[in-house]
Amino acid sequence: MYNSGKIIIGIIIFLVLATFPFWFNRGVAQAPPKLEVGTQEKQCVESTPFMKANHMKLLVDWRDYVVRDGKREYTSTTGKKFDMSLQNTCMKCHTQKTKFCDRCHDYVEVAPTCWDCHIAPVEPGQAQQAKALRSSN
Amino acid sequence: MDDARRRFLKIAGLSVLGLGIKPVTDAVATAGEVEITSSPNALKAKRWAMVVDIKKCLKAKKGCKECVIACNTTHNVPEFDNPKDEVKWIWLTSVKHAFPDQESQYAEGYYKDTLQDLPFVVLCNHCDNPPCVRVCPVQATFRRADGIVMMDYHRCIGCRFCMAACPFGARSLNWRDPRPFIKTPLNREYPTRSRGVVEKCTFCDERLAKGLQPACVAACKDKALVFGDVEDPNSEVRELLRKNPSIRRKPQLGTHPQVYYIL
Repeated sequence: MYNSGKIIIGIIIFLVLATFPFWFNRGVAQAPPKLEVGTQEKQCVESTPFMKANHMKLLVDWRDYVVRDGKREYTSTTGKKFDMSLQNTCMKCHTQKTKFCDRCHDYVEVAPTCWDCHIAPVEPGQAQQAKALRSSN
Repeated sequence: MDDARRRFLKIAGLSVLGLGIKPVTDAVATAGEVEITSSPNALKAKRWAMVVDIKKCLKAKKGCKECVIACNTTHNVPEFDNPKDEVKWIWLTSVKHAFPDQESQYAEGYYKDTLQDLPFVVLCNHCDNPPCVRVCPVQATFRRADGIVMMDYHRCIGCRFCMAACPFGARSLNWRDPRPFIKTPLNREYPTRSRGVVEKCTFCDERLAKGLQPACVAACKDKALVFGDVEDPNSEVRELLRKNPSIRRKPQLGTHPQVYYIL
């Protein structure tokens, strides 16, 4: 092999650089975000473990039922009835989007497009958000 | 040896039986069943339709746009300065544009003198045979069983085939993010749209679900707009259509519009 010395050194440098994030952060756990639920109700539409694991599927199902079938009422396993609406049911209770939804979504690096259209609640201390919605975005 | 075999079979059999019972006990253990229904207050119809009684829409001459404002406010319809970007759900237009094929030099006299050159209220016709639905490549627009031609904004890819197919210009694309252009007070109960999505009138499906009449109908104080079930022979719309001669926009195209005009 020609230039084997240079090639092998090059490969080693490449491997070190490519794996840098893995060994640099080894053993350091990234702290999960602290979520401020900030809701009045004690119980969500379904149980908390179910919501944690399945809220995205639930919302997609709700969307399809509402838009496609025109069915808007959800009777949950707890027997309670809910209007199937992200903006008018979920966010009326989860009023702190930036401290709840966003923190976790940022942590797991997902960017749901819900808020391109659905209007997020105005949060306390963020009274200008309503204005910002118009001027920026 | 035989004894051990016997015991093994017994235990195996019981285990299989136990596994078989598990789904049954699971079903009993869960408290309730999830149920998805339409609200009991929801207005229901076999075929929704609208009648526009132009003779009652006299204030339009004096600049009344209550129906348009009500719709735009309810649905956060943006108002772009450039007419090429225009987004329309319900709007006022001239007879010439609403009924381009009904023109004759003598009919013009009727429109001018009797109807005093009134602008016409136009909106999505919620056609029985909607060309926009047929051309949509992703089925983002579809016809509901009750005749409403609905939009699923989540699925729209902004190809604008529907806009090309619609003979009434009832569909508009958001060329830009519409949020900064919402000039009416923001309705926080209803979403906005995003860039690259086609929008249009939905006969206020969200209001019908709550048992309310469409926003434009509720806003018109002169009762020029009447909404109801045309399949129901006792409905108000049928009553109006029975007693008055009515026309539809571009019926020769075979789309079967469901907005009727009484002149």
